Amino acid sequence: MSCVETIQAYAFRSLGIGERLLPRGEYTLCEHFTLIGSGLIWNVYFGALALTTGFFLAVALAVGKSSPNPLWRKPAEWFIFLFRGSPLFIQFFFAYACFLSLKSVSSFFDPFTSAWLGALVVLFFNTAAYSGEIFYGALLSIPKGDIEAADAYGMSGWTRFRRITFPTMLRLAWPAYTNEAIFLFHATTLVFFSGFPAWRQQGDALYYASYFADKTFNPFVPYPILAFYFILLTLVIIAIFGAVNKHLNKHLPQERRRKFRLRPNLIR
Amino acid sequence: MFSYCTDPSTLEGLSWLSCYLTTGKHLNLYISVVVVLVLLAITAPVALLFGFGAASAARSKFLPLRWFGKGYTSIVRGVPDIAFFLFFVIALDQAFEWMRHKVKCPDWDQPIRQGIDFVVCDAAKLPLSASPQWVHETYGFFLAVLTFSIVFGAFAANVLYGAMRAVPRAQIETAEAYGMTTRQAFWRILVPQMWVYALPGLSNLWMVLIKATPLLFLLGVEDIVYWARELGGTKTERFTEYPHPNWHVWYFAALLVFYLCFTKVSEVVLARIMKRLTKGQATAGGEAQRKAAA
Amino acid sequence: MKSLILGTAALALSAGMGLAETVRLGTEGAYAPWNFVNDAGEIDGFERELGDELCKRAELTCEWVKNDWDSIIPNLVSGNYDTIIAGMSITDERDEVIDFTQPYTPPDPSAYVAQSADIDLESGVIAAQATTIQAAFVAEQGWTLVEFATPEETVAAVRNGEADAVLADKSFLDTVVGDDLVMLEKTEALGGGVGMGFRESDAELRGKFDAAIQSMKDDGSLNELIAKWEVSSQW
Repeated sequence: MSCVETIQAYAFRSLGIGERLLPRGEYTLCEHFTLIGSGLIWNVYFGALALTTGFFLAVALAVGKSSPNPLWRKPAEWFIFLFRGSPLFIQFFFAYACFLSLKSVSSFFDPFTSAWLGALVVLFFNTAAYSGEIFYGALLSIPKGDIEAADAYGMSGWTRFRRITFPTMLRLAWPAYTNEAIFLFHATTLVFFSGFPAWRQQGDALYYASYFADKTFNPFVPYPILAFYFILLTLVIIAIFGAVNKHLNKHLPQERRRKFRLRPNLIR
Repeated sequence: MFSYCTDPSTLEGLSWLSCYLTTGKHLNLYISVVVVLVLLAITAPVALLFGFGAASAARSKFLPLRWFGKGYTSIVRGVPDIAFFLFFVIALDQAFEWMRHKVKCPDWDQPIRQGIDFVVCDAAKLPLSASPQWVHETYGFFLAVLTFSIVFGAFAANVLYGAMRAVPRAQIETAEAYGMTTRQAFWRILVPQMWVYALPGLSNLWMVLIKATPLLFLLGVEDIVYWARELGGTKTERFTEYPHPNWHVWYFAALLVFYLCFTKVSEVVLARIMKRLTKGQATAGGEAQRKAAA
Repeated sequence: MKSLILGTAALALSAGMGLAETVRLGTEGAYAPWNFVNDAGEIDGFERELGDELCKRAELTCEWVKNDWDSIIPNLVSGNYDTIIAGMSITDERDEVIDFTQPYTPPDPSAYVAQSADIDLESGVIAAQATTIQAAFVAEQGWTLVEFATPEETVAAVRNGEADAVLADKSFLDTVVGDDLVMLEKTEALGGGVGMGFRESDAELRGKFDAAIQSMKDDGSLNELIAKWEVSSQW
């Protein structure tokens, strides 16, 4: 099989499109790259969806945690503590067990035992907790003057939040949030590794990398390829988040803009 | 463990549980808790050292050193730790043995790579194959510490690099005005002040490090999660005196409590350190502390 | 503590016997009845007894090492232990990278376990441990395959209805069938016999163990062990 044919056969294998049987016998570099790359689709899917949906819950959690009302604060605090304080694989384990028992209650929960939804829910909660803590830290470090100025303009409640608090929080939290995004994409490799079952040999990049490692008994080829893909993915994330960061900071004078970029890890 | 444990099938309730929880296998679980804690205790400072080295290298005026520092941080940070662990320990082990081989057996005439086999002379083996098991285990432990340190060192480098640049430029300029050399300004002004900027990032890293310990088994160290998985599995009476169905839920619940407690304790301790570090610093936090005291 | 005491004993022994005589046996420790960790936390099972006996016959000092299944061959070829004795079937793929002794058990067929005996494999969902010969077999048949990380989870999946049947080694499934699960009559001959794996560059050591296995086959003690642990059919 030439490399082009391999790509045609396996580029979307992780979604169940193309050749049904995984490669056997000879394991070429082209097959390594194609199949592991195909698995990467799932990592991107989990990462991107969990991040975008988790963002909204994270903002809600951050606002909740900084609320003076214990009815809001306590649940947010506990949620963040529970998901930040336990390893992801334990969360996967309990979620899977939980979805299994819910399944017998109602058929509504049927899709939840599949990775595409069940693992997504866990990752959504997980990233919401981590980002929520980052946003909370950012809320606390919003310059007092900004809020006072908003008050002086007669803004309050929702208007003040939308126009002053939220954008400033986002700007302050962004560098740490970038790191969280990177961590989240890395965490997606755990989905099939220890967590959810793989159906019809459709798995993520790590699943196919370990398939090759298991067949060739040589870990020094598939795992570095996986690493290579993830370095690329990380670069893409940094580029996208960098562009957003630029946008968030565009109103600041040049000098201060740089200063914010210099403090990447203050909060996370 | 206890004298009444000789025939567990006759026991019930608490006495059965007391025997069950003190089997040799469970003792291994308790030992693994200590192993994990020791590993964390060693890894944290070593990773910090790596991170400090890499961050200083990334600031260096010497170009190759700067490339090394930046390359190390960005490459290792870009790779999921799990993918790294799956091949890196073997690579590290082979690298050490290869170096020893070159030194100890210069007149060895066979190739080191024979097909997929990695063959070095007996004297170069690490540890020597005749060494007792505990030497092998200790060696494996230190390989794990090294691997963890390399991975988390990259993250620490990123945090420290940011912290070094967060120290107000004016502080360094003042030091230079007082006639300090670059080196003196670095060690006497920059390094003592950077910690307060680095601590939030470092404490987050510590939390991530705690939660990376379930991956230790990939590095050949039998950690808590390995034993919890092993102990929680279904046991039939053919192979054990304590048969039970699948108890993973209970063991993992115990792990959950362990990790949550560990996180809580860490948070409290780190908050205290932060308070200490803030004292007398030229930051908003330090200012607030000073005002509160006055 | 125990490994410490065992370790010093081995040190004392090896000091008297010269350096090269300690052989490290790699196993998984999670595959009853072949090899597993007993209540005392030590490696036990068919292969523990077999390995100790083989070492005695080959006059070698042996030390047991536990290693994760996924990296068991990479660690062998990298020299972290000298042989694999972990219920490993002799397959062509494996034979290309490592060398095997003659098999010490005849091929163990793979069997199906399900909640009832009348399920249809072709339309059902078949569970198997990820990246095993069984998983590859199910995929080849074009059946619906669902892979779990551990054998325990594959059986649990049948119990809770996620999968209709599980395909695995018969000796392993024998230990799980009970009131709620039944074994189908259909079996599949997948792997070859089980043998010890060695580095290809280690022919001398392999010869020693091969001879020891032969001697156990000849005097019938191997059959006794197989019968005791019910791992497969006898020779």
